[in-house]
Amino acid sequence: MNENRNATELVQRLRAKQLINESRILTSLSDRASYAYDASFGHHIPEVVIQPTATEEVSEIVTLANELHVPVYPRGQGTSLSGGPIPVYGGVVLDFSQWDDRLEIYPDDMIAVVSPGVITGHIDEAAKAFSMMYPPDPSSMNVSTIGGNLAENAGGPRGLKYGVTKDYVLGLEIVTANGDIIRTGGQTVKNVTGYDLTKLIVGSEGTLAVITEATLKLVPRPKANKTMLVLFDDLIDSGKAISAILREGITPSKLEIMDQASIKAVEAYQPTGLPIDVEALLLIEIDGHPLAIEEEAEQVRGCCLKNGAREVQIAKSAEEASKFWQARKLVSPAIVQVKPTKISEDATVPRSKIPEMFRILKEIKNANNIDLVVFGHAGDGNLHPNIIADVRDEEEMKRVEKAVGEIFEAAIELGGTLSGEHGIGTMKAPFMEMELGAKGLAMMKTVKESFDPNNILNPGKIFPEKGQKLVLRDG
Amino acid sequence: MVDKRLAYQETFDCVQCGYCLPACPTYQTMNKETHSPRGRINLVKMAAEGKISYDDLKEPIDMCLGCRACETACPTNVQYGSILESAKEVLRIETKRSKRERFIESALFEKLLPHSSMLAIAKFGLLSYQRLPLQFVARKTGILNVVLPKGMVAFESIIPMAERSKEKKAYEEDAPQGTVKVAYFLGCLMDTMFSTINDQAIQLLRKAGVHVTVVKDQSCCGALQSHGGDLKTARQLAKKNIEAFESGSFDYIVSSIGGCGAMLVEYDHLLKDEPAWKERAERFSKKHADISMVLAQSNLTYNHHVHHTAVYQPSCHMTHVQKNVDAPLELIAKVPGLNYVPMDKQDLCCGSAGIYNIVNYEASMDILDYKMPAVVSAKPNLIITTNPGCHLQMKMGVEREGMSHQIQVKHLVEVIAESCL
Repeated sequence: MNENRNATELVQRLRAKQLINESRILTSLSDRASYAYDASFGHHIPEVVIQPTATEEVSEIVTLANELHVPVYPRGQGTSLSGGPIPVYGGVVLDFSQWDDRLEIYPDDMIAVVSPGVITGHIDEAAKAFSMMYPPDPSSMNVSTIGGNLAENAGGPRGLKYGVTKDYVLGLEIVTANGDIIRTGGQTVKNVTGYDLTKLIVGSEGTLAVITEATLKLVPRPKANKTMLVLFDDLIDSGKAISAILREGITPSKLEIMDQASIKAVEAYQPTGLPIDVEALLLIEIDGHPLAIEEEAEQVRGCCLKNGAREVQIAKSAEEASKFWQARKLVSPAIVQVKPTKISEDATVPRSKIPEMFRILKEIKNANNIDLVVFGHAGDGNLHPNIIADVRDEEEMKRVEKAVGEIFEAAIELGGTLSGEHGIGTMKAPFMEMELGAKGLAMMKTVKESFDPNNILNPGKIFPEKGQKLVLRDG
Repeated sequence: MVDKRLAYQETFDCVQCGYCLPACPTYQTMNKETHSPRGRINLVKMAAEGKISYDDLKEPIDMCLGCRACETACPTNVQYGSILESAKEVLRIETKRSKRERFIESALFEKLLPHSSMLAIAKFGLLSYQRLPLQFVARKTGILNVVLPKGMVAFESIIPMAERSKEKKAYEEDAPQGTVKVAYFLGCLMDTMFSTINDQAIQLLRKAGVHVTVVKDQSCCGALQSHGGDLKTARQLAKKNIEAFESGSFDYIVSSIGGCGAMLVEYDHLLKDEPAWKERAERFSKKHADISMVLAQSNLTYNHHVHHTAVYQPSCHMTHVQKNVDAPLELIAKVPGLNYVPMDKQDLCCGSAGIYNIVNYEASMDILDYKMPAVVSAKPNLIITTNPGCHLQMKMGVEREGMSHQIQVKHLVEVIAESCL
């Protein structure tokens, strides 16, 4: 109630300053309710939504929020799969999606300077004009904003060869919890001046500071690529083939796996002619010089066949390659045909543990009687076990919650992690101690408190509340 | 208690991934989630659960164009059309509509569209209005500004001249020929304002060796009524058409209007809860084909060069509801001399959207102004359309850009006719 009143005062004082156009301060119920969610679970209506388009505006809002102890929730386009932007304690949602005026490429320095609301995919497109590339490619890249990607340290299929968002950030402009505007890092690849706050802020999920600008590193765009589709009768063999390819000295730009359940779902939904009696399908993309990848493609074929592949197909044209990828793209629509609720996890294990993880996932599926398909980025151990359920079925959702907990336990037991690329947010907060231990988590909390003593920046995320459990049901 | 009149269960199919956002024209021009497909689905769900009022829901739903581009973008097949339709119907009952809305709707829905005799009178009215100095007088004195809503006034100047026909056009039965038999659907606005396009369409079909019948007693398709939430009238019209087109045995029911065609292919959905009509509606919907699909498969000969640099503005309902994307482009490629230039934002709605551009004039012009720079930068002297609403809107766009002398707007049928007839 108190927060509510303080949020009202914040809006009044902000309006009095006439800094932000009234059309970008949203207070009607239908507007506020439209920023209550992201692509995960949970629904909390904020007191106000503000759409800043300048650093000074953010600074002013955060200053007021800090003074009045009003929670501030930065949000891009709400594609988060972990609850990152959900305003769990109400307050202010800072909608950055309208702040996309700066997207500058500096080809000689091989960098891009961007506003937080720029769409991720647009950065790569702009870089393309200079034969350069911005590699991080979360599957939502045509919708997601770079600000959200930075906050969550988003990854994607190219992670195996090119790394994730944090590997491409040279510098940031941020607004701290007390409203100060500071710069971290710079414009150079080498920079050891003091603590690396840049890397600390990236992936901190908006809990340490608000990102208002970023300087990103670009790389030369590979001249060509080649896609392969490989079928395996035995899932274990596909794991062995992956190791063999990497040991051969080839790092594919993408290396995706689909299990039998995903293949079956795709074939039932839109038959593409894939055999449904195989246990695994690998989609492999290699990129580089046209002559080099010709040779590498043959090496990859050899590695697969030597390790029990039933069939290796190499795409002869761009059209054929996109036909191969179509199968992977169809997994999401295919699996929601039976039931609508999709719980997409991203527990990640060391590469060598992939077959073991698959085995455990199968056990979890059977023991809890849930619908589970597995696909994902096999090359870097980042699997996406997806549970399909119906949120209206309370009893089923309880089983799902239990299964999710078991998936996290398994990943950690195998030396992996809770989240490879989606972030902790609200969804995985209850499991943090399991991975980090009480002292590890307390250290993180100390960092948080020193950056944001009044706990106004994205409160309710990363750190579990006392006794917090994973709940996917409404209410 | 959940309001079951709203398509509440369908809202659960949305996983809120947000992939629809870049496809939504109003999200681009109105700059907030409230005016996005994901936002609207969330609000419909909340309204059904009683968490927001119908008045809260009204503006976001009213502002939706219903272009259905979000359905094509959706990776999980959410039936946005059904959700929108249910919201429109409930809001029609539960909320107060503005005077302007009621005036336009009653003028169009209740009086004009469904009655062919009224249309004939309207056509006569339009005809005499256009041929007499009245139009000149009205424009000069601004009398229309007083009588008509802003949107109608704006469009008044670009409405095409209705042809002078002494009596209702009689479509002669042609001598039985060809193996393909089609029934031609006229469409009421098309029959009034663009009837030469229907004439050319029928001539083209006949030239392509198709046996064409213009079924008597056919009616308005009901699309505008359905978009306005008046499903009762829409269902009545659908039944009338189903009955009329059962009068003979046809391979296809062909129309040349993207929007009407989309309504016709959804008669099965419209009548799914009426056992006596369900199957008949399914049969009807399955038979519908846009004229471009029939002509693209024919061996029509293209005799004359059409020297134009053209862009193509697809009708949203043809693309996203009828799912007819390739056939118009195949036809465009066949026309000799025609230099087709793909344009940026091609799939973006022009903002016409039934009577949206009259009821929500300003919002519609924002969308048009967002679209037009892409048209202009393609440097065409011709815009090809497949729907009378888009046709008028694109003409409006050209006029707003001050390029009426440089850029023509034509229906695809007119372009094909120029080459073939």
